[in-house]
Amino acid sequence: MKRPSLGAMLCGLVPFAASCFSVSLWDRVYPMVLGLPFNFFWLTLWLAITPLCMWGAYRLEEPRSGKRRREQGGSL
Amino acid sequence: MSSQGVALTIITAIVVIGSIVGFLARYHHKMDLEQWTVGGRGFGLVLVWLLMAGEIYTTYTFLGASGWAYSRGGPVLYILGYGPLMYVVSFYILPPLWDVGRKYKLQTQADFFQARYDSTWLGAFVALIGVVCLIPYLEIQLTGLGLIAEVASFGAIQRTPAMIIAFALVAAFVFVSGVRGVAWVSVIKDLLLVFAAIFVGIAIPHIYFGGIGPMFAALAREKPNHLTMPGATQNLGHAWYVTTVLLAGVGFYMWPHFFAASFTARSGKVLRRNAVIMPLYGLTVPLMLFVGFTAVLVLPNLSNGDLSLLTMVRKTFPAWFLGIIGGAGALTAMVTAAIQLLSGATLYAKNLFRPVLSPGMSDEQVAKVAKIMVLVLSTGAVILAIYSSLSLVSLWLLGSAGVAQFFPGVVLGLFSRRVTTAGVFAGMAAGISVVLFLMLTHRDPFYGWNAGLIALCVNFLTTATVSLLTLKQVDRLEATIRAFAAAPAGDEAGLS
Repeated sequence: MKRPSLGAMLCGLVPFAASCFSVSLWDRVYPMVLGLPFNFFWLTLWLAITPLCMWGAYRLEEPRSGKRRREQGGSL
Repeated sequence: MSSQGVALTIITAIVVIGSIVGFLARYHHKMDLEQWTVGGRGFGLVLVWLLMAGEIYTTYTFLGASGWAYSRGGPVLYILGYGPLMYVVSFYILPPLWDVGRKYKLQTQADFFQARYDSTWLGAFVALIGVVCLIPYLEIQLTGLGLIAEVASFGAIQRTPAMIIAFALVAAFVFVSGVRGVAWVSVIKDLLLVFAAIFVGIAIPHIYFGGIGPMFAALAREKPNHLTMPGATQNLGHAWYVTTVLLAGVGFYMWPHFFAASFTARSGKVLRRNAVIMPLYGLTVPLMLFVGFTAVLVLPNLSNGDLSLLTMVRKTFPAWFLGIIGGAGALTAMVTAAIQLLSGATLYAKNLFRPVLSPGMSDEQVAKVAKIMVLVLSTGAVILAIYSSLSLVSLWLLGSAGVAQFFPGVVLGLFSRRVTTAGVFAGMAAGISVVLFLMLTHRDPFYGWNAGLIALCVNFLTTATVSLLTLKQVDRLEATIRAFAAAPAGDEAGLS
């Protein structure tokens, strides 16, 4: 089975670093941003940024699987 | 008409309309096992999105998340944390899974294990764990339906009869229409739920405090510790957050019904795109939490946090509006329950009953056993829901810890050539034992860690160790591994 490319994996690692492992850096109430406690603001922000990261991964990954598809299409 | 009369009439109307759509969806499609379970593998981006969203934004988010915001505070952030991350995980594993699924005509999660590890017993074991873990999840939907009926009727309708009636309807609905019906009912309930979440989440803090910002400011003043971890709890701190988010993120698509839902896609590409855009749908989840936080100040003495959203709606708005919210919630619970019943019953009939008890059965007979199992499972869940007292989120975490134990077998099965049947068997057995031990002896969280994640680590180590000790098996599996590796990548179903 073909593994995902390193670049696509790194794109996926970014949201994990931002909204999981770094919790002790952003789990605080102040400063409030847009009326939200900082931790809520941060996670809501990453709900919106994560699709951007994954769009990057998609751009990296889709040409590869498209290529694989054509190659296999030829041999089927 | 009295206000409970109005609310209940509207809820009933929404449920009835939803069910009719579900029943109608089966027309023009011959209902064989393939159509009933995976919709003929022909769903495009929109329908897969709706189906997956329909399953993901459930009673657990609607009532459970606001309930935890009310009763636990800060730890509820884990729901916002793992939401996008589970789609990140799905981006890497669902497309290759779909490729294999089409090649082997896989319909269930256990089918995957059976095909990849060439073992009927492993498939049966996976089916058994899957069905057992689905029961608490079904119970969430039932409890939710019961809560809605109770609040909307101002206590006039008892929880138990409401649950029984609603579940009879769900079972009938699954019986007749299969997965395609469920997908179309999702359309209605998603519209209602998104509308409800946005409106309620903005309006309720606004009515009591003049906006979301002032509400948080007031809460931070009066209960400064409620908004960060561990909030109102003793032991749900940062270590718990990291371990729980990891567990929920990797474990999410291991739920048998989400796993099987990925087979309904038309191509792997649909699933990959889906993984990119789905996190945006989660933007409504914070709004549900705002309602729970408002309730902390407005309704400080609720007996059950899971009642907070509905009680706030009842206190704030006219009865017809409570009816719409209740109807959206009821339909949500029913759609979710329907797809869980469908998966559980198919798993049981196809991967446990047929191979172990009656190997000669035809697909039609399997479909018949599955339909009987729909009734058995719904009855079982009703009985458990009547006697259980766990919060909605706690029930969910319990099931998640169990299904996450499939993760090593799935990921290593897709991407590694070294993993063996014995290794996966041993790892899963070890993981499940650790989950059972830690949960049943009330050791979750264990030294601040999520018990399910500890079990998952044990599982991975055991799988790796036993696989290394049984490396000879890899030779026996060589043909399967090669066939898996050669599964055509992500093309449209029509091309092969």
